[in-house]
Amino acid sequence: MGRFLLRRLAQALLVLVLIACTNFLIVNAAPGDMVDVMAGESGAADAAYLAALREKYSLDKPLPVRLGRYLGALATLDLGHSFRHNESVVALILSRFPATLLLMFSALGIALVGGVVLGVAAARRPGSLRDSVISVVALLGYSTPLFWFGLMLTVLMSVKLGLLPSSGMSTIGEDFGTLGNAVDVGKHLLMPAVTLALFYISTYTRLMRASMLEISGMDFARTAKAKGLNERQVAYRHVLRNAILPLVSLFGVQLGAVLGGSVVVEVVFGWPGLGTLAFDALFQRDYNLLMGILFLSSVLVVLVNLGVDLLYSVLDPRIEVGR
Amino acid sequence: MIERLGFWPRFARSPTALFGLVILAAIVVLAIVGPFLYAADPWAMATTPFQWPGDDPTHPLGSDNAGRDVLAGLIHGARVSLTIGVVAASAAVFIGVVVGAVAGYFRGVVDDLLMRFTEVFQTIPHFLLVIVLVALLQPSTPIICGAIAIVSWPPVARLVRGQFLTLRQRAFVESCVVIGMSAPRIIFTQILPNCIAPIIVTGSIMVASAILIEAGLSFLGLGDPNSMSWGAMIGFGRQSLRTAWYLAAIPGLAIQLTVLAISFVSEGLNDALNPRLG
Repeated sequence: MGRFLLRRLAQALLVLVLIACTNFLIVNAAPGDMVDVMAGESGAADAAYLAALREKYSLDKPLPVRLGRYLGALATLDLGHSFRHNESVVALILSRFPATLLLMFSALGIALVGGVVLGVAAARRPGSLRDSVISVVALLGYSTPLFWFGLMLTVLMSVKLGLLPSSGMSTIGEDFGTLGNAVDVGKHLLMPAVTLALFYISTYTRLMRASMLEISGMDFARTAKAKGLNERQVAYRHVLRNAILPLVSLFGVQLGAVLGGSVVVEVVFGWPGLGTLAFDALFQRDYNLLMGILFLSSVLVVLVNLGVDLLYSVLDPRIEVGR
Repeated sequence: MIERLGFWPRFARSPTALFGLVILAAIVVLAIVGPFLYAADPWAMATTPFQWPGDDPTHPLGSDNAGRDVLAGLIHGARVSLTIGVVAASAAVFIGVVVGAVAGYFRGVVDDLLMRFTEVFQTIPHFLLVIVLVALLQPSTPIICGAIAIVSWPPVARLVRGQFLTLRQRAFVESCVVIGMSAPRIIFTQILPNCIAPIIVTGSIMVASAILIEAGLSFLGLGDPNSMSWGAMIGFGRQSLRTAWYLAAIPGLAIQLTVLAISFVSEGLNDALNPRLG
C-alpha cells in the first residue's frame, strides 16, 4: 500500500509539473504580454516605462529562466498578483471557492441520486417501455446545452411562476437569521444545481444501468435468486451495492467536466463562484488570475482522482490498485 | 459459420438510429441548401424587432431585438455548428490516432511519455482550457476548432493505444516486421484498418460534444464574431429573456435536436459495428 501510494503520488506530481509547463507555454504563445495590456489600458506609455515594468515583472528574462521562476513560485503556491483586483490570485480564488464547491457538490448529489434511481429503474426491466423512455430521456439530458437549460428554467420558475430567484447566491440587504439565510441560499442554489446536475444525471443513469445489468448476471446474484429471495431484494440488497462502485470512479473522471460546466452555469445564474471569476478575468484580460484558476482547478482534479483511487481500494479490496 | 448481417440491416434494426439519421440528414441539407432557398442575411435588419414566431408569415420564426430574421440565423448557425463539429472532431481523431498508434506500437518509454502527456490533457478542465486558449489566441473559427480538438483527443489516443497493444502481438503484424515493412507502413496500412470501427464511433460522439462546446463558447461571447452561431443567438436572446424568451428557446432546441440526432446515430453505429454487444 505504501509503495503504491508513493508511486501514485510521484505520478500525480509529474502530471502537475507538466500542467504548469503547459499553462506557461499557453500564456507565452499568446501575442502581447501583461505589460502590453497595462499600456493599452492607460492609453499610452513611453518605452522606458514599459521596459521598467517588464523588468519589474521579470518579463525581460529568457523563456527558460521565466519558466524556472514560474515553477518555483507555483511550488510555494504563489500564483502571482491580479492587478485588476489588486489582490493575490490565491486569496481571490479561495474567497470564491466555497460557492463553487457548494454548487458542485449539490449538483453531484442530485445527479448521483437521480442517476442511481433512474439507472436501477431502467435495469430492473431491460427492454421494457420504461427502459426505453429512461434511455431516451438520458440521451436528451446529454444533448441539452446546460446554459440553455438554465435559461429556460429561469423563464419557467422565475419569470412565469415567480417561485425562485433568478440570480445571485442570497437576497441582497436582507437578514433572515441563521436558518432563514440558509433557506434563502438554498432557494438561490436550487436552479443552478439542478442545471449543472442535468448532464451528469444522464451519464450516471447510463452507467448505473449497464453496471446493474452486468452485476445481476453474476454468480452471486443468481445464488441469491436461487435461495428464494424475491427480485426486489436481490436488486436492492445484493446487486445495487456492487453496481454503485463504478460511479465512484466516474466522479473523479468527471470532476474536470463539472468545473468547466460550472463556468457557464455560474454565468447564467450570477452565482458568485470561480466560474464567474474566470469569466470576468477573461474579459478584463486578467491573465494571471485566469491561469491561476486553470492551474488550481487542475490541481483539484489531480487530488480528487488520487483520493478516488485510494477510496476505491478501500471500498473494494479485491481491486489491485498498483496496476 | 453464422451468417453475419451487413452493416445497413444491422444499423436499420434500431428505430432511434434511423430517426437520428433522418433528422441529421435534414439538418445537413438545411445547412447546405438553406441559404439558397431562404435568401436572408442573418445580420441584416429585416423587419421590426421582437416579432414573435408566426406574427409575420414572411419571417416564420420571428425577429430578434435588432430586427434580424431568426430563421436566417438558424440556417446560418447550422452551417457554423456542423462545420466546427466535424472539423474539430476530425482534428481530434487525427491527433488521437497518431499519439495512440505511436504509443501502442512502440511501447516502453515512448508509451510512458505519451501517456503522461495524454494524462495532462485529460486532467486540465476541458471547458476552462478551451476558454483560455480561445481568449488568448483570438476567437476565430480555425482557433476554436483547434482549441476543441486539443481538449478532445485523449479518449481517442487511449482507445487506439489499447487496440494497438493487442494487435501488435498478432502473427500478421509480426510477419510484416519479418518481411521488413517500415513502422509507419505497418501502423497505417496494417494495424489501423483493424481498429477503424471503434474510432468511427468515438469520433461521431465527438462531433456532438464539439457542437456543445462551441455553443457554450459563443454563448459566453467567445465565438467567431463574424459568424452567426446558435450559441451566439442564445447569448443575444438572453438580454431579452423576460419579454421574448423564444429568442433563446429556438436556437437551443436546434442544438438539442442536432446533438440528439448525432447521439442516436453514433449509438446505432456502435451497435452495428460491434456486433458482440448487440
